[in-house]
This record gives sequence, C-alpha cells and structure tokens, in this order.
Amino acid sequence: MKKFMFVNRKAPYGTIYALESLEVVLIAATFDQDVSLVFLDDGVYELAKGQDTQGIGIKNHSKTYRALDGYDVEKLYVERESMQARGLSEDDLIVDVEVLSSAEMAALMAEQDVVLSF
Amino acid sequence: MLHIVNKSHRQTSSLASCLRLAQDGHALLLIEDGVYAATTAGAASAGLAEALARLKVYVLRPDLEARGVAAALAEGVTAVDYTGFVDLVAEHTNNQTWL
Repeated sequence: MKKFMFVNRKAPYGTIYALESLEVVLIAATFDQDVSLVFLDDGVYELAKGQDTQGIGIKNHSKTYRALDGYDVEKLYVERESMQARGLSEDDLIVDVEVLSSAEMAALMAEQDVVLSF
Repeated sequence: MLHIVNKSHRQTSSLASCLRLAQDGHALLLIEDGVYAATTAGAASAGLAEALARLKVYVLRPDLEARGVAAALAEGVTAVDYTGFVDLVAEHTNNQTWL
C-alpha cells in the first residue's frame, strides 16, 4: 500500500480543480490505498459549511466530503494558517478535520509516496 | 467604468491590478471566486477598505451563497443579484473584466 496525498489549494466553484480532486480521491480509495486529503490556501474554502449553489446552477459537491469516510478516506488535514487567514474555524467546516501547523503539514507531505496537486 | 473581478485575490493578482488602475468613482463588481474579497476576513487582506473609500463596490450574491460566505459580507459592499449585474453593465458606459 502506498501513501497518496491530495493537496487541494483552490476555491470550490471558480475552477474545476476541487471537483476533479474529489473524483480522483474516490478512485484512489477504491484501489485500497492510504489516502490523505490536505486543504491549503483557498482550498480551505472547499470545506466551508452552508454552501448553497442553487443560484449559480452548479452542483453542490461540498456534501461529498461527508461521504468520504464511507470509502475509508478518513485522513483530512487543514493547515491552521490558511484557515485562520480566511476567518474560518473548525466549527465552520462541513467535516471533522485535523488542523495542523505549517511545520506539521510539511512533515506529513515529506513522508508521502505520491503527492497529487489540485 | 465598471470593473469586474472573478478571481480570488489570494490566487491571482487580478484584484490588485484592478485596484491599482481603477479611477476614483468607478464601480467594482466581485463575482465567482472574486467574492472572497468581499468577506470580512478577505476584505482585510485584499485592501478593500481603501477601495471602498473611492469606489462603489458590489458583489454577486448567488456566488457568495454558493460558497457559504454570504453571512460574512464585509461592511460597505452592496450585494446584487443577476438582474442587478445586468443593471450595472447597462448603467456604465463601459466595463472591463480582469481575468
């Protein structure tokens, strides 16, 4: 089993990256790999609670993060600095995450076999 | 002139360039990922306070709602719907989109 890390650094709807990342995460999970998701920079916004996309006619994919533990994807990490800079706290996020400092995040990244960036 | 910005101010320099070149009295409309600059935490890092002193600043509400940040709207920014977007384009003699 290899360690796969998905690094999410984009806001949810302005680009296709957030949705594409989710799709690849689900694929990786079906191959029984050790999958971690990381949310950095604007990627933290992907997890913001209360997203309502009715007005923009795009599917609200934020609920999919809640389904991840059904695929045994349970390692979700948020960088504290990114979260705080955006005025968010753990209570504002749609799923339970582990909040890490930049140094802790860097260490986690360094121990991966494969890092995929979105 | 109406300036339209659709990128996050933390991801690209679109908003910074717009603010550098927009003249006093111009209007700024934040849409798509540009709306993060209109949140309280975003406004501080985007330099929006200074912009509000000399520009009329609008934000597209459906884009705020989609991103779950409508409750964090910064003071002084006017939220508009799609009809308001069309009105802004019609009211101004020209407009520029900062991609």
